[in-house]
Amino acid sequence: MEEKTKELRKVEEKSLAPSTNKKGLDRNDFLKKVGGGIFASLLLPGVISKNFTAAAQNAITKADLPKLPPETPGEDVIVRMMRDLQRALKKPLAERRWSMVIDLRKCVGCDSCTISCAAENKLPPGVVYRPVLKEEIGTYPNVSERYIPRPCMQCSKPPCVDVCPVNATWKRDDGVVEIDYDQCIGCRYCITACPYSARTFDAGHDYMNEAANSGSCFTGKEVAGKYEAEPIFDYSKAWPREEGVSPEGNARKCHFCLHRVEKGLLPECTVSCIGRATYFGDANDPKSLVSELIGKPNIMRLKEEMGTEPNVYYLM
Amino acid sequence: MNQEKKSGLKFVWTLTIVALIIGLFGLIDRLVNGHANANYGSYVPWGLWVAGYIYLIGLSAGAFVMSALVYVFNVKALEKIGKIALLTALATLIGALLSIWLDLGHMGRVWRMIIHTNFGSVMGWMSWLYGFYFILLSFEFWFAMRVDLIKWSDKEGFSGKLSKLLTFGSTDLSEESKANDKRKLKILGGIGIPLAIAFHGSVGAIFGAVGARPYWNTGLTPIIFLIGAFLSGAALLTFIVYYWGPEKGSDDYRNVILLIGKIILGLLAVDVLLEYAEITIGLWSSVPSETASLKLILFGQYWWVFWFIHIGLGIIIPAILLVVGSKSPKKIAIAGLLIAITFITVRLNIVIPGLAIPELKGLRDAYTGPGLTFAYLPSLMEWAVFVFTISMAGLVFLIGRTFLPVVEVSNKDLEVNK
Repeated sequence: MEEKTKELRKVEEKSLAPSTNKKGLDRNDFLKKVGGGIFASLLLPGVISKNFTAAAQNAITKADLPKLPPETPGEDVIVRMMRDLQRALKKPLAERRWSMVIDLRKCVGCDSCTISCAAENKLPPGVVYRPVLKEEIGTYPNVSERYIPRPCMQCSKPPCVDVCPVNATWKRDDGVVEIDYDQCIGCRYCITACPYSARTFDAGHDYMNEAANSGSCFTGKEVAGKYEAEPIFDYSKAWPREEGVSPEGNARKCHFCLHRVEKGLLPECTVSCIGRATYFGDANDPKSLVSELIGKPNIMRLKEEMGTEPNVYYLM
Repeated sequence: MNQEKKSGLKFVWTLTIVALIIGLFGLIDRLVNGHANANYGSYVPWGLWVAGYIYLIGLSAGAFVMSALVYVFNVKALEKIGKIALLTALATLIGALLSIWLDLGHMGRVWRMIIHTNFGSVMGWMSWLYGFYFILLSFEFWFAMRVDLIKWSDKEGFSGKLSKLLTFGSTDLSEESKANDKRKLKILGGIGIPLAIAFHGSVGAIFGAVGARPYWNTGLTPIIFLIGAFLSGAALLTFIVYYWGPEKGSDDYRNVILLIGKIILGLLAVDVLLEYAEITIGLWSSVPSETASLKLILFGQYWWVFWFIHIGLGIIIPAILLVVGSKSPKKIAIAGLLIAITFITVRLNIVIPGLAIPELKGLRDAYTGPGLTFAYLPSLMEWAVFVFTISMAGLVFLIGRTFLPVVEVSNKDLEVNK
């Protein structure tokens, strides 16, 4: 474990290298390096600008991706998955199949993924992308709890897509089910059609609505409200929060943090999982960690009988 | 005018205006605050307005089919209520469209339903079928009214002016033009019947096609929708004809009501049969996910809605009124009103219980927030908007009934009804 932490720290140091600034680094290199790094992810929403979409569509050049240390045995799975990610991103979009594996034996039900997802995507009240289902099983004295994190399943045969009356949602070539907030009319038919309740309705609630002004620099309606109005980057597009403007009034759901993934960063739930129970990668790449795990005999998917063929797998 | 007073039209006008004012508060809240004050949300995404919409649209389809009996099948006994049936269909359709429009997350994008239609979605089909139905109904109403509108154009006051405006310049009162109207009505009504079945069937199919909701997902759903629509629409029409129909007190009037009474009784029987099939098959399947919604309806928190309002007031009492004792128009009208009003609970019991069952175990308490709950009761704002849509339908009907010659019998002179 200690070794792994060291490994991670190395990655962190490398990607944040410009802050310790070696001599002879030119401006371009400097910017590239700032762009990388796992932990730069925390700053991402503030860093991305509106013209950020175009690059996402096709294979990404090596220079755009975070720098990773040379491969070592026993390295942290996060580093391994980032390596997987980089391989996938170099392929054309249609050849990727983004998938997630969640190891239920490792999940402790801490809700870190739920909360970090809400922070990353600045989810308003009433909207949730990845709740953790909690179930008590067994009878006393043999009782335990089971936790099932439930992101969008990104089904291969998504029932939510067919029902949309205005073609505002579709299955992307890389496997993610996308919603175009500008086209969605907010009829909520897709919400009823999803067998996993993965879609939620953004009814326009705001955390700051009833808040008071505190007069301080960090808290209160005026200051914190500014944060709330900052854009989110669902499907790699900037969506500032304004009243009555999309994504308000739309159906919303988990999108595998595409805005991060296409920059070479893992989804927020994956990096924030304290038990390393969530894995993410390209299932079309036989060398990726997720491919390896999907081949295990103890793998399962939710509501397999419905034939929706989710791209989220669970290890039991 | 004396007769109008007796018929309670003034009372209904007052009621509608008061309801409209109450409803306006809800409307303003909805337009200013969006969906923030609504109780539907992420887990129960459809609520009272969707139920109100399928309720009103059912009334419309039912009233329309009654008019079709006149114009397509030449059912002579019902001839005189053709126009008022069309007016009822039009008024309830407008209310229904308002209800579902206000329910959208982005009202300004409603045009996308037609321009960017996904014909792979039942809802996509529905929007087109609606469009056609609305146009067809408007034309049919006009052809049915044309001659009387021309006759009323000379009247003084608002009534005359409105009638003149709605003639759209037509002045032809020749027998030939009347025959032409009749022919057009027959064609339009002929297209209208399959259209009414298709569009209301498609509303039912919206629910029936959702594989994720076992309660909705049966082939019976669209059929129950249709029968329910015919029943509730015909029932409403009975009441309307009793109070505001043509030639009150005449033998014809009495016969019309007795005939519709028989029609409703037949429809009620079929409806009960279908409901019985749905509930018993659902319960006998004994798969918990299949029975959960039904158990919620029969024994859940709002069990009394099903047993008292729907079964008691909506089926048993009307059935007694229709079957037992001597047949009087008044009894039939009351039975009709009871069926028509209580039918909203049938619609609510379709929409809500299908959604109020968590799709995954453990989801109920996984995360909290507004709309992240499976317990749904409409908010005050939702009720007010519901009242608004109902009273808008009422207003359209009242304007038509009060100022237009909808109960005018074409082949008689103006004086008859004065």
